[in-house]
Amino acid sequence: MNRATLNLWVGIFVVGGFIALLFLAFKVGNFAGGNLGETYSVVAHFDNIGGLKASAPVKSSGVLVGRVMSIQFDTKKYDALVTIRLDKRIPFSSDTMASVLTSGILGEQYVGLETGGEVEMLKEGSEITHTQGAMVLEKLIGQFFISKSQESGEGAK
Amino acid sequence: MLSKIKNDVQNVGHLTLELISGIGAVFVFLIVTLSHSATSFQRFSLTIREIFFSGVLSLIIILVSGLFVGMVLGLQGYETLQTYGSSDSVGVLVALSLTRELGPVVSALLFASRAGSAITAEIGLMKATEQLSAMEMMAINPIARVVGPRFWGGVLSMPVLTAMFISTGVLGGYMIAVLLIGVDSGAFWSQMNAAVDFSHDVLNGLIKSFVFGLAVCAIATYQGYSAAPTAEGVSGATTRTVVSSSLAILALDLVLTAFMLKG
Repeated sequence: MNRATLNLWVGIFVVGGFIALLFLAFKVGNFAGGNLGETYSVVAHFDNIGGLKASAPVKSSGVLVGRVMSIQFDTKKYDALVTIRLDKRIPFSSDTMASVLTSGILGEQYVGLETGGEVEMLKEGSEITHTQGAMVLEKLIGQFFISKSQESGEGAK
Repeated sequence: MLSKIKNDVQNVGHLTLELISGIGAVFVFLIVTLSHSATSFQRFSLTIREIFFSGVLSLIIILVSGLFVGMVLGLQGYETLQTYGSSDSVGVLVALSLTRELGPVVSALLFASRAGSAITAEIGLMKATEQLSAMEMMAINPIARVVGPRFWGGVLSMPVLTAMFISTGVLGGYMIAVLLIGVDSGAFWSQMNAAVDFSHDVLNGLIKSFVFGLAVCAIATYQGYSAAPTAEGVSGATTRTVVSSSLAILALDLVLTAFMLKG
């Protein structure tokens, strides 16, 4: 086999590899979807984040507007400190409400944003003060039992 | 009785020491190969030739196995996910298991038996027929001339083959799940797209395959180079290449996965 044929085959091989990589990047993976373009980051304190993970989606009205950048434990307030990256083209008012929600019954957890009425907008590094943590199943069941027992107690009277 | 036990313990000790010294010898050989790489790359056409022999000629087995592995995953995944009413996620299952584990590992195992054994046999036979000694007589370093190109040809081919393996696997899963069973095509791709992260899943898989390529090629070239210069020696070395590189792939996979999942 002469050198030109050899080079041709190796060239086809390498090009095929690149096509496979592009396929993996754009069709299989979210190489483009994970890219938000220019972003600004804000922080939020949550009393409980449940199963929220770094790089989880941040949605407003179900539309992806950002991603969770990091989750830390704040030793001053003893709660979870979540840093969020938001798309620069989407401004949110400074009294935006952030809550940890779940998509579907067994779905992944995400941060939901609901914008408020303030004129001032969130800036790089500002904090979302209105937050609601994740629902904890045990607490919900506990509340259910308490309200049930109260109901039956009232019924006995 | 006591001497028999002593003998057994001695055997265990001997095998352990042999294993450790074998790993050490492969590493020393790898470092020697790397230090001669600059000389090997001066004639890059030699490496291209080896990419052809280890990479291009392995394409058929890699692509066909990838297709079948993907198809089986699609079939099995659909069957299991259906019981939970989430058969739409079959794309996620196929893509994640291929990019994270099956792609790198299975293609490396195939590569070890298809190309690694060939490298060992070739170098071993060169040694048996004293071609390597003849090179040394002509002041040509056989590590730079023979081992280097084969090593790098394999190492460079491995990630390319893995990317192709994963791609054909996903297409195989698509063929079974969407075209044959009738899972919704949009759900198949969009759920897969949302679940597979490029750097965390795809790139980590390719890093894995690069490490496996290093291990397989280091073992294959070392076994060939240190084979006894006889017919039995070469055949034994070829067997050892396949066995020890398969074990190395699986052991390295565990270590790499543990590190990658942590990060």
